Amino acid sequence: MSSNAALLDVSAADLAEGVRDGRVAPGAAVRAALAAIERAEAGASALNAVLHRDIETANEFDQGASGLLAGVPVVVKDNIATLRMPTSCGSRILDGYVSPFESTVVARLRAAGAAIIGKTNMDEFAMGSSTENSAFGPTRNPLSQSRVPGGSSGGSAAAVAAGIVRVALGSETGGSVRQPAAFCGVVGVKPTYGRVSRHGLVAFASSLDQVGVFGRTVDDAALGLEVIAGADPYDATSCSVGAASFRARDSALTDHPLAGLVIGRPREYFPASLDAGIRAVCEHATETLRALGAEVRDVSLPHTDLAIPVYYIVAPAEASSNLARFDGVRYGMRVERDGLRAMYEATRSRGFGPEVVRRIMLGTYVLSAGYYDAYYLRAQEVRRRIRRDFTRVFASGVHALFTPTAPTVAFPIGAVSDPYELYLSDIFTVTANLAGIPGMSQPIGRVDGLPVGGQLLAPHFEEGTMFRIAAALERALGRSAHE
Amino acid sequence: MSVSEQDVRHIAALARLELDDARTETLVRELNGILAHMDVLQAVDMTIEDSDKALDADTALDAQADAVLLRADIASPLPLAAERASFAPNYEDGFFLVPRLSTHE
Repeated sequence: MSSNAALLDVSAADLAEGVRDGRVAPGAAVRAALAAIERAEAGASALNAVLHRDIETANEFDQGASGLLAGVPVVVKDNIATLRMPTSCGSRILDGYVSPFESTVVARLRAAGAAIIGKTNMDEFAMGSSTENSAFGPTRNPLSQSRVPGGSSGGSAAAVAAGIVRVALGSETGGSVRQPAAFCGVVGVKPTYGRVSRHGLVAFASSLDQVGVFGRTVDDAALGLEVIAGADPYDATSCSVGAASFRARDSALTDHPLAGLVIGRPREYFPASLDAGIRAVCEHATETLRALGAEVRDVSLPHTDLAIPVYYIVAPAEASSNLARFDGVRYGMRVERDGLRAMYEATRSRGFGPEVVRRIMLGTYVLSAGYYDAYYLRAQEVRRRIRRDFTRVFASGVHALFTPTAPTVAFPIGAVSDPYELYLSDIFTVTANLAGIPGMSQPIGRVDGLPVGGQLLAPHFEEGTMFRIAAALERALGRSAHE
Repeated sequence: MSVSEQDVRHIAALARLELDDARTETLVRELNGILAHMDVLQAVDMTIEDSDKALDADTALDAQADAVLLRADIASPLPLAAERASFAPNYEDGFFLVPRLSTHE
């Protein structure tokens, strides 16, 4: 293995510091990461994680790099607009489509010195929990190739887990960063709704969507979020509130770094039916949080079991509206027919895959005359109750919540065929999207050799607390998080 | 509540989707399977206490009114990487040429 390949094992912060100090050639890690993609995507066992790559980047970086992510290679999900590579959203309808402008998050990464080397595979238009719904084929989990990496940001999670990059971007509507992070044994963060600009993120469900960050470690993810966070004049839902840096510093070095913090353990996230192995790994993590000085308190979020029905009304409703723009005129493919309406229908039916059609149909139905009050309006009212559950618990003196990220470990490719059964894999993650609060998943152990994710949830704009807990837990668990 | 084959055809027309008979039949089954799980929402008690309403405030945002950046209300060039003409197959005199609307249905 060349010394350049070893650069991929260096934390994003240390690599960038090395590049800024002149100890590391600015294009070295970029070249190593491109070579790692080449290896991962070759032959019969190709991961199918990276759909497009920008091989010119390394040469440009030879000219030099500066900033918080100087010379750090990054891959981004294929629904985030980039000028130099296609933005196909895992869909035939946008196959080969190149955006005429760049997303704010990618512009910020570039301004911080990062090299955007590839675009990653995803469930079509981010609709799915396994990355099996991509028009470009499923991504494999690098830890167990016959299994899914989770989804919808499965390509980004797999790229980090395979050691290609330390930092990657994904997007979340109902758990699409945290759940694949759990399945692949990496860190995944969904920031507060509004923390990160969505200018250039292809819209799925606008009241839920948020760009998220993957990292190999908590610090990699914290640094990535620090670079992309903050208000953007091109997204009126984005804002600058609270801390600008999320990196845990010296407090993690004391014996009881979490002293004074109260961490809630919501009983609805530990049902009697929870997998025994996942429960045991979570118990061990909870004990570790106590040993670090935190008070762990049982709490209740009583509307949790309504979250999946609410989500699968609100998200498809918004999607049916957002995806109306893919009509054969404005973007990508067109299937010619006589008459405009026939052309729309033929293009959309051939361009969208089965899950996207299912959700557009569901969303159109719940918004249609006669059903709007019974479904959409009621779902929005129950959504408010889910949000109030969190507000009430946080107002009672709880600083953060700890739960499993997903009810199962990564399942075999093709194992889940019933749509609703697959929707249930988001059961512990959709609540944060519905409430707009931040959440993250980190590896906390394994069951049958497969990674288990532990989830932290925090009040709006309290990512700093979340990262502080995550960093202390990561340090205390050490190797056992991956064993 | 459940959907019939006729409902599915109506929804498909609203959503500008073309479905063959086999796909229509599958969607009737799948949508009814999904909608059956939504019925639980009809049983939720919708009474709202005043103490509940107090929980809905966006305190973090309210505390920092200048947190949202708004652009000045003046026209400026869009941040596009290339000329508009390069975005579409047909562009003439500042207009994008799109399929004819003259076949009004």
